[in-house]
Amino acid sequence: MAKGIRDKVVILGAGCSKFGERWDAEPADLMTEAFEECLADAGIEKNQIEAAWQATGIDAFSVGPGAMPLSIALRLPYIPVTRLENYCASGTEAFRAATYAVASGACDIALAMGFEKLKDTGYGGLPQRSRGVTNDMYYPNLSAPGMFAQLAAGYRAKYKTDKQDLKRAMAHVSVKSHANGAKNSKAHLQRAITEDQAMNAPMIAEPIGLFDCCGVSDGAACAIVTTPEIARSLGKRDLVSVKALQLCASNGEEGGFGNWDGSYVATTRIAAKRAYEEAGIKDPRREVSMTEVHDCFSITELVTMEDLFLSPEGGAVKDVLDGAFDADGEVPCQIDGGLKCFGHPIGASGLRMLYEMYLQLTGRAGPRQLDDPKIGLTHNLGGFPHQNVVSVAIVGRYDA
Amino acid sequence: MIGITAYGAYLPRARLQKQVIADANAWFDSGLRGLAKGEKTMCNWDEDAITMATEACADALGRAPDRTPAALLLASTSLPFADRQNSVILAEAMHFDPANLRTLDVTCSQRAGTSALLNAVDIAAAGRGDALVVASEHRLTKCASREEMLYGDGAAAVVIGAGDVLAELVGSVSQPVDFIDHYRAEGRDYDVGWEERWVRDEGYMKIVPQAVQALLAQTGVEAADIAHFVMPTDQRQVPGGLAKKLGIPDSAVTDNLLQSVGITGTAHAMLLLAQRLEEARPGDLLLVVGFGQGCDALLFRATSRIAEWQPQRGVSGWLAAGVPETNYNKFQSFNDLIDKELGKRADVDKTAFLSAMYRNRALTNSFIGGKCTKCQTVQIPRAHYCVNPECGALDTQEAYPMAGQRGKVATWTADRLTFDFNPPAYFGMVVFDCGGRLMMDLTEVDPDTFDTGAEVSVHFRIKQIDTQRGFRKYFWKAVPSR
Repeated sequence: MAKGIRDKVVILGAGCSKFGERWDAEPADLMTEAFEECLADAGIEKNQIEAAWQATGIDAFSVGPGAMPLSIALRLPYIPVTRLENYCASGTEAFRAATYAVASGACDIALAMGFEKLKDTGYGGLPQRSRGVTNDMYYPNLSAPGMFAQLAAGYRAKYKTDKQDLKRAMAHVSVKSHANGAKNSKAHLQRAITEDQAMNAPMIAEPIGLFDCCGVSDGAACAIVTTPEIARSLGKRDLVSVKALQLCASNGEEGGFGNWDGSYVATTRIAAKRAYEEAGIKDPRREVSMTEVHDCFSITELVTMEDLFLSPEGGAVKDVLDGAFDADGEVPCQIDGGLKCFGHPIGASGLRMLYEMYLQLTGRAGPRQLDDPKIGLTHNLGGFPHQNVVSVAIVGRYDA
Repeated sequence: MIGITAYGAYLPRARLQKQVIADANAWFDSGLRGLAKGEKTMCNWDEDAITMATEACADALGRAPDRTPAALLLASTSLPFADRQNSVILAEAMHFDPANLRTLDVTCSQRAGTSALLNAVDIAAAGRGDALVVASEHRLTKCASREEMLYGDGAAAVVIGAGDVLAELVGSVSQPVDFIDHYRAEGRDYDVGWEERWVRDEGYMKIVPQAVQALLAQTGVEAADIAHFVMPTDQRQVPGGLAKKLGIPDSAVTDNLLQSVGITGTAHAMLLLAQRLEEARPGDLLLVVGFGQGCDALLFRATSRIAEWQPQRGVSGWLAAGVPETNYNKFQSFNDLIDKELGKRADVDKTAFLSAMYRNRALTNSFIGGKCTKCQTVQIPRAHYCVNPECGALDTQEAYPMAGQRGKVATWTADRLTFDFNPPAYFGMVVFDCGGRLMMDLTEVDPDTFDTGAEVSVHFRIKQIDTQRGFRKYFWKAVPSR
C-alpha cells in the first residue's frame, strides 16, 4: 500500500494576479504578475526551478495548445514544461504534477502555474465550445449553469426540499462569499450583496439566478513546491505541506447505471474519502479548519458540503442557513470570496484556492485572516454533475 | 386483395391562431381578415418533414415496429435535403432492417402523396411485400401571404399490402396535365400562384372530373355510392362543387381542415384519408384525389376489419392534442422568416463531421443502446465494457433499441444562457423504465406542470442546424407524456 503524499512536499512560495475583467492584460501579463509575487515569496532565482506545469482549460481561446505560453512568458531556462488540462481541476492537476515530481526526487524545485484568459469572447459566461465531435452529436447543448442547475432538481426530489428553502440556502451561499470577497483586493467582485438581491436576480438556468453563478474573469495563480528539507535550508519557517492530493474521474457509471439520483456528486465523495485517509483526518468537520470549494454555482457549493462530509446527507440547507460555513462559522468556506468573487479562469482556480490556504496557514491573509487555521481543503469539480473530474487537495502546517 | 393494412398521422402540437397573423398583417392586406378563422398546425423549431414522418410512421406502426416493409416511399415538397435521400434517414429513425428495403423520395408536386400510393399499390401487387407511404409537409410561406393563412404542417402514413386489409383498393387512375396552379422553382423558398378563380374553373373543375369519371367507369362504381370524398384543396368551395358536378353525395365531402390544421401539401390527401378511415364502416367507398400537374384518383372499399384496427392516436387524437400559439413572431422565427438576432452563443461553427456521423448513426439515427448479455444492464451509448461495476464484461453488449422506451426525468433544468431556438433549453437525466439512462434534450415542455419524475417518451428531432452549409443534424429528445 502506497504511503501517499502526506508531508513529503511543501509550498515554497505562491502568487496570484488580480482577477477580473482584465481587458488590459495578455496571458503573459497575468502570469508575470502571479509569478513575480511567487518567486519573491519563495526567495529563489528563476533558474532554480527545474520543471514546470501549465494549467489552461480552453486552448481555443487566447494562448492555443502546448506549454510554450508559460515558458515563453516567463523565459524559463529550457526546462521541462508541460501543459495540463483536466476541466476545472486543471490548476490542481498542475500542482499535483509539480508535487509528485518533487516527491519522486526527480527534481528539487518545481513550478505549477494556472491561468486563463476568458474575457476575449465578446459575451458573458464561459466560452461556447465543442465537447468533442461525437459527444456534440448527442449531448444537450447546455451551458455550465445548466449542467449544475440539475443538482437542484435532484436534491429537491430526494430530500423533498421546498423550492424556496433551497433557493434561500443557495442565496446564503452567495451572500457569504460576497461578504468574504469584499475583503479581498485581488477578487473580481468586491461588493457585498443581500439575500433579496440573490433571490430576485434574473433567472439563468432554473433555479440558478445571476447571483448563484460565479463570475467569469481573467487571472493567474501559481505555486513553487519543494521538499521540507530544502525549504528549511532556504531559511523557511512555518512550512505549509501537502497532506493529500486526490483526483477522481467519472467512468460513466453515474450517468449510465445505478441509483445516482442527481442530488450529489459521486466523485467528490470518493476523492474526499481518499484525501481524508491520506491526510489522516478522521472527523473532517472538526479537523478541517477551512475550505475553498468549487462554487461555480451556489448549488454546487451546497451539495459539496455534504459530499465532503462536512454536512450530513440532506443537512446542507440547514448548515448553510445556520452559518456553519460563514467566515465566523465552524468550517469557513471560500474565505477569499471563492469562485463566486474571483470568477473562474479555469486553469487558475485550483491554484488560486491553494494560494489562499497558504496565506491563511502562514497568517498572511490580512483582513480575512482566520484564527489559527491548521488544515485547509481545496476542491475542484469539472464537467457535469454526472460525469466529471474532481480534485481534493489538503494542505496544512507541516509541524501540525 | 391489395389495400390499406395500417395508417397513421401526425400534427404538430402548436396551433397558430390565424387571428394573430391577420392582426400583424391586415394593415397591409385587409383581405387577410377574411381568412383569419381558426388555427393552423405549426412545426416546433426542431421539427421538419422528416421528423414529422417518423411520428406518422409510429402512429401507424408503433414506435418500434417489429417488421420492415419492402418499400418506404416518402412524399413531400419540403424535404430538408435535395441530395441525400430523406427516406433513408426516416428508415433508420424507424430502425427498419435495410437488408430488403427499397426507399424512395417522391416529390415536386402536390400529388406526390397519392402518386406514391399508386406506386405502393404496384409494389404490393407485384408480391414484393408491404409498401409504406409517408407524406409529410412543412412548407415555408411569405409573410402576409394567402399561403401563410392556409398552409399547415403535418404528416400521414399508409401501409399498402396484400391479404387481410382494412380497405381494399378498388381501382386507380393517374392523368398528368401541366396545369400550373402554383409552382416553386429550384432554390426558391416560396410558392408563386395564379388567380384562384382560374385555378378553380380551368383546373379543379375540369381536370378532377375527367380523372374521377375515368376511375368510376373503370371500376363500375356509381358516384352516388361514394361515402367519403377526399379532395384536398385550399379552396373552400371546390370539394362541394366537384361533388355536385360528379354526383357524389354532399354528405361524403370531407372537410379540408382549413380552420384546424391548414393544408398540409402532399400529406393532405393521406391525412384526410387517415381521418376518414378512423370513421369508415365496412363497405364504405373512399375516393381519394390528388391534384397537382394533373390528377391521381384512388378508390378504396372498407372491409369488415376496418373497425378492428385503429392508429395509436390518429388524426382525431392529434387534432385534440393541440395547444394554441398566439405568438406570430415565434412562428416567423421557427421558420427562419425574419433576420433574427440569435446571440453570439448561436454563432459557432456547426460543421457536420460526416465520417463520425456515419460511425455513430446507430445511436443518432436509430437510438440504439447496448444491453449486456451477461448482466442484462441496458446502457447508452453502447460500449466495449459494461457500465455495471459488478459486471464490467468486455464486448458483451447487443444492440438495444431505445426508441420505443419510456422513462422518467431524474434531473433537469431550463437553461436561459445556452443558445436555443426556443429558450429556455430544457434538458435533464432521463432514466428509462427498461434500464439505461441518458442526459438528453427535452422538447415541448409545459413549464407550469413539469418537474422531476415526469414521464417521457423519446422522439426523433432536429438537434442542430448548420445555417452556414444548410445541414441539419438529428437526434432523439424526450417529450413529456401527455
